[in-house]
Amino acid sequence: MPILTLYDAVGAALTEEMRRDRTVMAFGEGIATKRHELVSEFGALRVRNTPLAEGIIAGTAVGAAATGLRPVIDLLFAPFLCYAMDELVNSAGKLRYMSGGQWSFPLVTLAMTGAGWGVGAQHNHNVEAWFVHSPGLKVVMPSTPADAKGLLKAAIRDDNPVLFFLDIGLLHEPGEVPDTEATIPLGTAAVRREGHDVTLVSYGKTVHNCLRAADELAAAGVSAEVVDLRSLKPLDMPTVLASVAKTGRLVVVHEANRLCGVGAEIAAVVAEEAFASLKAPIARLGGPDAPVAASYPLEQAFVPQAAAIAAAAERLCRRQYA
Amino acid sequence: MAQNFPQIDPSMLLEQMLLIRAYEEAIVAGSAAGAVPGTCTSVGQEAAAVGVVNALAAEDLILTNHRSAGHLLARGADPGRLLAEVMGREGGYCGGRSGSLHIAVKELGVVLTSTIVGGELAMAPGVALSRSMLGLPGIVVCFFGDGAACEGRFHESLNLAALWNLPVLYVCENNHWQAFVHRREAMSREHVSDWAASYGIPAQTIDGNDVLAVLAAAQTATEQVRTSGRPYLLEVLTYRTRGHFEPDDQAYVDREELAAWLARDPIKLLGDRLVADGSMTASGHARLADKVATRICAAHAFADASPYPNADTLTRDVYA
Repeated sequence: MPILTLYDAVGAALTEEMRRDRTVMAFGEGIATKRHELVSEFGALRVRNTPLAEGIIAGTAVGAAATGLRPVIDLLFAPFLCYAMDELVNSAGKLRYMSGGQWSFPLVTLAMTGAGWGVGAQHNHNVEAWFVHSPGLKVVMPSTPADAKGLLKAAIRDDNPVLFFLDIGLLHEPGEVPDTEATIPLGTAAVRREGHDVTLVSYGKTVHNCLRAADELAAAGVSAEVVDLRSLKPLDMPTVLASVAKTGRLVVVHEANRLCGVGAEIAAVVAEEAFASLKAPIARLGGPDAPVAASYPLEQAFVPQAAAIAAAAERLCRRQYA
Repeated sequence: MAQNFPQIDPSMLLEQMLLIRAYEEAIVAGSAAGAVPGTCTSVGQEAAAVGVVNALAAEDLILTNHRSAGHLLARGADPGRLLAEVMGREGGYCGGRSGSLHIAVKELGVVLTSTIVGGELAMAPGVALSRSMLGLPGIVVCFFGDGAACEGRFHESLNLAALWNLPVLYVCENNHWQAFVHRREAMSREHVSDWAASYGIPAQTIDGNDVLAVLAAAQTATEQVRTSGRPYLLEVLTYRTRGHFEPDDQAYVDREELAAWLARDPIKLLGDRLVADGSMTASGHARLADKVATRICAAHAFADASPYPNADTLTRDVYA
């Protein structure tokens, strides 16, 4: 299997989907510059640079999606989505419903986020939960190059608007990527490691921190199962619930602010649906309610690291709950 | 050049304006009686909608905004289904999900409607982009107001449409009011068309209460967009003679300014002209008004009879 970085896996997905479907086009902030191989193969009309104007990029994608195209737009960094909120939330997310189902909006928005480059809070802000909370939108955040390719191919084929977040910390990490037609349906989580004492649920870079924590836990005699959500809406709760039914313990981990983050929803659903399976309270590890600092040690301190995850899991396993 | 455009019977334009007026007055009356939700009417602006829409071809696509009754009715929307939509009924064009503010009618080419001021301007380039990328016929017409022209999206939209050679006819219905703020308090320039020049977009400001002038300018503008494949901006100067929404006492409106525009009511202007030049009799005029009144009665009957949506359809059509 070829080895690609997550960034190149995105390029591979774009190439394959643009070959397969002439209605797929890509435009955004520097996409034709950075991915010039797409321009070479598909021409300057289907792959375009745009002004640095996120609102009109997203609005143009919404109008194009409603009338026959499948645009993929690159808005660079997730906090820039603030400039495109009206188009994504009020138009793409609502106009299908509000028109009584007359339109669909097959468009994908790419945005980078997360610790790794020390770019500070106006370039690094894990805002994915905002879009989970907005009706009509789907939200994806892969943790491996193979998933980035398979999920992006599925996102491009989906008839709904999809927010596709790329974790900056994983962008240049290599991994095996199938060169076959391997789409990954949105809304399917992956069990990255099987275990029977505690379930670690995460997405994006903290999946890898959970895997490292699982190694540490194994050394201490605790068997951890790691679930990678991959897509945040639709959310694969059956996989999470099945794991919790097996382990009886749950730690939810993400880089985004813990307060009203995706982990809060997962914890609530597990408490509602699997209360009888739980042998311990649910633990949530997430970023603080603070903007991200640019300074490397502070940026890293924002992210739940393996040691903290392992410690939280171990507490759940060792402590007696009456 | 104008003689090449299809001849349009002015009495048909008058009938459309009368229909729009009667439809919105029925909503105003219904709203005052508590039977119909209040709307943002386009009373006083009928010539702008009728003049532009009658210059369009069947394959042209329209984006509009919260003050859209004129665009929809001039395009041939059924007043019964519109009223049903306003009243939140299943028989409305959007199944009651839109209400008055965001009605879209795919079968009429009224493609996207946003009540977020400027929302339609953000989407218009994309609709034109799909035309040009897929080789589909038709131009895109985007109706917005002077309020939307003060949004950043107006400038972003014009810049991109000019940069990418997109066939968009921007129609600014400059009705002097941005919700409760007069345009002179909000605009750094006298005319919206002044801004178009900065983007290399040809533009014209015309009297929006003279439907024949609007029609002629729109025919020229649509022809230019069609042949050049590039954007054009038409600023149609008119006046919102009722409030921002119903009910609104308009206490903030300058009485003299309002009176001056009411004296130039677009329906009265055309009606007087047609009677004066002998192309319509006073009784012919009255017959049109009766015909329109009959249609509005039928529309009310249809909307009243249409059921409310069933609560079990609450989450229908959220996702494709």
